[in-house]
Amino acid sequence: MDMKRNYYEDIQLLDSGVLWFWFIALIASLITLPFLIPSYHIYMINYMAINVIVTVGLNILVGYTGQISLGHAGFFAIGAYGTVLMMTNLHLPFLLALILSALIAAFFGFILGLPALRLEGPYLAIATLGFGMAITQVIGRWQVFGGRMGLEVPELALGPLAIDTDRRLYFIIITMAFLLILAARNLMKTRVGRAFIAIRDSDIAAETMGVNLTLYKTLAFAVSAFYAGIAGGLMAFLLGFISPSSFNFILSIYFLAFVIVGGLGSILGSIMGGVVMTWLLLVLDKVQELPYLGEVLVSFSERWMNLAGLPNIASIIFGLIIILLVVFEPLGLYGFWIRTKIYWKTWPF
Amino acid sequence: MFFQLVVSGLSFGSLYALIALAMVIIYKTSEVPNFGQGEMAMISTFVAFTLLVTEGYSFAVSFALTMVFAAALGAFLEFVFLRRAKDPNILSLILITLGFQMVLYGLASWKWGADQKDFPFPVSDFDVINLGPAVISYLNIATLLITLVLMLMLFLFFRYSKVGIAMKATQQNAMAARINGIRTNRILSLTWALSSMIGAVAGMLLAPIATLDPNLMLEPLVKGFAAAVLGGMTTLVGAALGGYILGILENLFGGYVSLEFKSIVAFLIIVLVLCFKPSGLFARHYVRKV
Repeated sequence: MDMKRNYYEDIQLLDSGVLWFWFIALIASLITLPFLIPSYHIYMINYMAINVIVTVGLNILVGYTGQISLGHAGFFAIGAYGTVLMMTNLHLPFLLALILSALIAAFFGFILGLPALRLEGPYLAIATLGFGMAITQVIGRWQVFGGRMGLEVPELALGPLAIDTDRRLYFIIITMAFLLILAARNLMKTRVGRAFIAIRDSDIAAETMGVNLTLYKTLAFAVSAFYAGIAGGLMAFLLGFISPSSFNFILSIYFLAFVIVGGLGSILGSIMGGVVMTWLLLVLDKVQELPYLGEVLVSFSERWMNLAGLPNIASIIFGLIIILLVVFEPLGLYGFWIRTKIYWKTWPF
Repeated sequence: MFFQLVVSGLSFGSLYALIALAMVIIYKTSEVPNFGQGEMAMISTFVAFTLLVTEGYSFAVSFALTMVFAAALGAFLEFVFLRRAKDPNILSLILITLGFQMVLYGLASWKWGADQKDFPFPVSDFDVINLGPAVISYLNIATLLITLVLMLMLFLFFRYSKVGIAMKATQQNAMAARINGIRTNRILSLTWALSSMIGAVAGMLLAPIATLDPNLMLEPLVKGFAAAVLGGMTTLVGAALGGYILGILENLFGGYVSLEFKSIVAFLIIVLVLCFKPSGLFARHYVRKV
């Protein structure tokens, strides 16, 4: 393991020339990638990047601050509906609408953070669950939000440039994801981030050291909701159509599953979790097209189950993954990565 | 109008009370809010539906078989998933219940599809009797009566039966119970079985009013939690009363204030109760010491 000898080394983004090389290589490959792969794969990467944004945000709350949220689909929905409504009704430009609606989501996060001051563990889970469900139901019943029928997403333009293909959308989404991940990584190295971690480890000890619990707990909720809001706004444009059923309770658990799979309390883990699980989600969505397994599952469904319901197998597999990880590998993919890394670095010892 | 709203509120409230009871029974022993409660009830209801409609058994037989299934399902989930957590903290226990919630949801959607089904119930929702200024359907009456009978049975069970007393002992102090010769692990499985059966009854009473699909219990789950939080997560009587209060409040809100926002009542109640009286209306408050 590398030693950090002083504070400034700790807060440095990249601490060696090798890392700088990889960092620049990463940026270069992200820029050239969309010109090399077909459109469906770009759609897939967009989907992954959006989920990575939510996962990083949720990890700030769950992994770093130790608060649970089962209502992140609610913030996601606020971001999506806020952006679309502000663009169609108020004719705001896209970026302004996106950031404003993410701020609204952050405000709701702040509100939801207030009860979190007095709640912990199971009670907080129940309260956030209620929040997520309430948002979905209000959206489903209120005509402003298009009711059950949903909303058509307006056409997207950045200045004179129309964003009408997945490839153009890719640059917006990837830039957002990149900036937000960097922001999260830096946030964790600051006073605020250390306060979050102190609250996770013991809120009473943190308070005695002078961490303002009211401020930092609500702030964690607000930051996390902001991330979900941005991701929601981007998702609206990726899907082209939004309806209340896209933001249900199951989605909140999916988000939590991304965090668990990636690893609690790790930005790199969130990225891995978001990417891997989104890939799994998209593959399982078309599970009957898989080479060998697909046929087995189709004939099994026809014999015992219901063929139309086959895509729901994603839900079963996600559930099993959550349980298995919690029981056997609580650190998730990040823990696996760290152990592999240490194994190779110290080999043959 | 007012009386009508209260009467139908009571009927919904008794369903919430059942779900809340099922949750509280588990919360008291396993110390985890069971987020899979709704899906356990939903899948039991689907089993009842299959027995009734596809297999063509009579209602009594289907009901009995469903109860057996529900009990087995509850005990199975406790034994296979919850007991495996090596170093159980509250987050991992919650995640495990969420995990099997998703497994059950996926299984039900795979097996029975997303299309809505009508659940045949021997008592009709359309035949009504006049009760002064209000009308009440036979189904509502049946719901109220079945719930009351079930609560009475639960009360007697916890008061007089050996298993019931062992469950109470395990809830109060698992270590002391084990020293006194109670197999607490077995009691835990039995608690889950009992809770699952209560949930299944709630599901079967709810299915004729709503339509039967895999989303059947998503909303009632939150309502059940709201009822349990309102009454206090640690008292059975409180949870039942909380269910009735929630049912009536929600209906009054829907009738007089706004039908669109009726469903946020549950959320508001959860937040307000937790902010101002975190242990609920009917439970004693314990303060955690450092």
